[in-house]
Amino acid sequence: LTQGFWRTQAWGQPPLQAPAGAELWVWFQPTVTNVDKAWKELSNVLSGIFCASLNFIDSTNTVTPTASFKPLGLANGTDHHLLRYAVLPREVVCTENLTPWKKLLPCGSKAGLAVLLKAERLFHSSYHSQAVHIRPVCRDASCLAVSWELRQTLTVVFDTFSSGQGKKDWSLFKMFSRTLTDTCPLASQSKVYVDISPKNKEKELLEVTPTPASVHEAIVQGDKRTYAVYDLLSPSLFNTSRSLNVQLKWKRPQDSSELPTPVLHAQRYVSGYGLQTGEISTLIYNTHPYRAFPVILLETVPWYLRLYVHTLTIITKGKENKPSYIHYQPAQDRRRPHLLEMLIQLPANSVTKITIQFERALLKWTEYPPDPNHGFYVSSSVLSALVPSISAMKNMDVEQSPLFTSLFPSSDGSSYFVRLYTEPLLVNLPTPDFSMPYNVICLTCTVVAVCYGSFYNLLTRTFHVEEPSRGGLAKRLANVIRKFRGVPPL
Amino acid sequence: VVEGLALLDLGVSPYSGAIFHETPLIIYLFHFLIEYAELVFMITDVLTAVALYLAIQDFNKVVFKKQKLLIELDKYAPDVAELIRTPMEMHYIPLKVALFYLLNPYTVMSCVAKSTCAINNTVIAFFILATIKGSAFLSAVFLALATYQSLYPLTLFAPALLYLLQRQFIPIKLKSKSFWLYTMQYAALYLCSLVVIICLSFFLLNSWDFIPSVYGFILSVPDLTPNIGLFWYFFAEMFEHFSLFFVCVFQINVFFYTIPLAIKLKEHPMFFMFVQIAIISIFKSYPTVGDIALYMAFLPVWSHLYRFLRNIFILSCVLIVCSLLFPVLWHLWIYAGSANSNFYYAITLTFNIGQILLISDYFYAFLRREYYLTHGLHLTRPDGTEAMLVLK
Repeated sequence: LTQGFWRTQAWGQPPLQAPAGAELWVWFQPTVTNVDKAWKELSNVLSGIFCASLNFIDSTNTVTPTASFKPLGLANGTDHHLLRYAVLPREVVCTENLTPWKKLLPCGSKAGLAVLLKAERLFHSSYHSQAVHIRPVCRDASCLAVSWELRQTLTVVFDTFSSGQGKKDWSLFKMFSRTLTDTCPLASQSKVYVDISPKNKEKELLEVTPTPASVHEAIVQGDKRTYAVYDLLSPSLFNTSRSLNVQLKWKRPQDSSELPTPVLHAQRYVSGYGLQTGEISTLIYNTHPYRAFPVILLETVPWYLRLYVHTLTIITKGKENKPSYIHYQPAQDRRRPHLLEMLIQLPANSVTKITIQFERALLKWTEYPPDPNHGFYVSSSVLSALVPSISAMKNMDVEQSPLFTSLFPSSDGSSYFVRLYTEPLLVNLPTPDFSMPYNVICLTCTVVAVCYGSFYNLLTRTFHVEEPSRGGLAKRLANVIRKFRGVPPL
Repeated sequence: VVEGLALLDLGVSPYSGAIFHETPLIIYLFHFLIEYAELVFMITDVLTAVALYLAIQDFNKVVFKKQKLLIELDKYAPDVAELIRTPMEMHYIPLKVALFYLLNPYTVMSCVAKSTCAINNTVIAFFILATIKGSAFLSAVFLALATYQSLYPLTLFAPALLYLLQRQFIPIKLKSKSFWLYTMQYAALYLCSLVVIICLSFFLLNSWDFIPSVYGFILSVPDLTPNIGLFWYFFAEMFEHFSLFFVCVFQINVFFYTIPLAIKLKEHPMFFMFVQIAIISIFKSYPTVGDIALYMAFLPVWSHLYRFLRNIFILSCVLIVCSLLFPVLWHLWIYAGSANSNFYYAITLTFNIGQILLISDYFYAFLRREYYLTHGLHLTRPDGTEAMLVLK
């Protein structure tokens, strides 16, 4: 569940990105016979557990991608019919979603790191994303038994620049208005990692207090980073003071924060004018200086924006770029959305522009949300790629730092897996007049009745010579007056 | 159609989405002709005009022969000399019909837009030509093609049958054996050609997917894109509960004028054909201006009814003004945002009322002329004063 959008240009590469709104993807086990029924039940159960409107997930926003997702953990699935993916871009995240998330933690929010998670500070942020991941893992190194691993992630971006009077120093107390006091007794590991990587090889640019017990170096997402490690389980941590308040101070004022541009990033926007047609454009940037790599793009567009796949163009460096794999499932009205999956080769140091045109449909008046002129959301598109890293990575020991490796896995020394999401789009549809149902029915039926009436007259009646009529009351009265005047009658 | 071809190239059935609703034969045709699309549509328009020219030329001969027969049989009243049609007056009518079709702004718009309605018009024009020439087989084949593409030409079966029966001098009596024999023959030809064409389409794409996509789409009206018809806004504002009921009512409305018109106009099957084509163009689920162009091409054939038309001036003004206002109010609603859908809907209503009144005006004029032919032009009442004619 995510509130906000990760601004890659300003904040760098995200550790784990999620699309705005609610995202749910599930790979069912092969023993499940009716996957759609299981999906519906699961989304309703999760909706109840997390107090989120996941029950709005139905066939109109569920797709079955064929290439973008693989089952996590020990599973060895290749049957894509067991996979379901849905996004609700309009979903809002609030305290009621955080509370059941916190309840899933072994100590709740009473001990350990989770005491920091106070709702009024967490939602006072530019980006908030909470997630629950469940996958099967080996119970130990011999892998004789399988356990279920529940991983909960919370990504928050605090804007301390605006709240900290222009200084980029932060502390746990300033961010969360709490400090760490003790560990969760049920935890076997409880660590805080603070990124103190030096920029441009300059040391002594920043200072972290209290002094960390150890420093951990790793290649994360392609570059070398240094982390200060605070092990909450070590008895020496809480010796001096009862609480741990990690603080970071910058020695010199930062005039320009040059974050390294991520190797792969993307943007998406909708263009066009008027309420009839439009065009969705996706820009994918590959900033690696010499390596090209492929990326899988998954686009899910609701059925009421009718995509025209013959207008799909992919242009890289001015030339057309043909995708090596393309899977397109057109939408069916009111039943399923469009699904477009493509494997696109990105040359080194290039920008790829993917455009597709669409037409906007007129919906029935009951299908519009209560604020129809707000627009309709198109969920973020998903980009999955194995990005080649600039520095060589070495495999980290899973036993030594299980938390770190689960957050930044590295299976292969030369590349790391990245899943990016583009912006969600907001598109207006033409609206009928909602106050007019009776009027429209009456007027249209009147027109049909005019036709029926004229034809009925012409078909059932015949021409007759008109009978002389005696005249109405007015005529007789006029004749009486004329007789008095001595004038001939009408 | 371009989208359907692109989907075929991607290996996806063109009917798996909700954009392509044309028949498999059209895909097959355009698979080869897509490069020359503009030329194809220009040629179809020219073919339609030529077919109409030849058909009306033959039809005029038939009309003149029938008129001569009725004059010899003394069926006409003595003082209707000015209502009798002469070959001089009828000489330029086929040319006028062809020009009415080619120069009609609706036809030009349809051609520029490359609407497949032009192909439908060509098939119907060839069907009319075959019917007038008297070839039952060709007429059945073309009618099956027209029905195959858009369902509604099914109703043109009745006027074609009446015309062919008249041409064979078979009296239209329900007890007559020859009537039923001919009807069965014609119906069998028509149904067999239809079945053959549908099976051919099955073998083209190896699936029956096209049946719900083409015919289910025409009958159930799921797509509410605004057009010049009455259906789109009606179903956009319909209560869900009554949706099925009103879909059925509107579809029946197209088909149920056939039998009453057949009973009333059994002596005049061509006029019946004209009225039926007009009713299809007004009440079909997705009308276009190309359909209107087809029935308007026939108006010069009935130009001798001009003196009996009651509201022709107002109706032509209504039709012209509405045609001009359609793009203006569309632009205001969709692009400028300063009008809403009601403006465009109002023009839809007015335009359709204009068309309906035009057809019923021509029908009235036709019936009135028939009455005058048999009862005399100068009607007098028993006391000698001039009489009024009224529909009772």
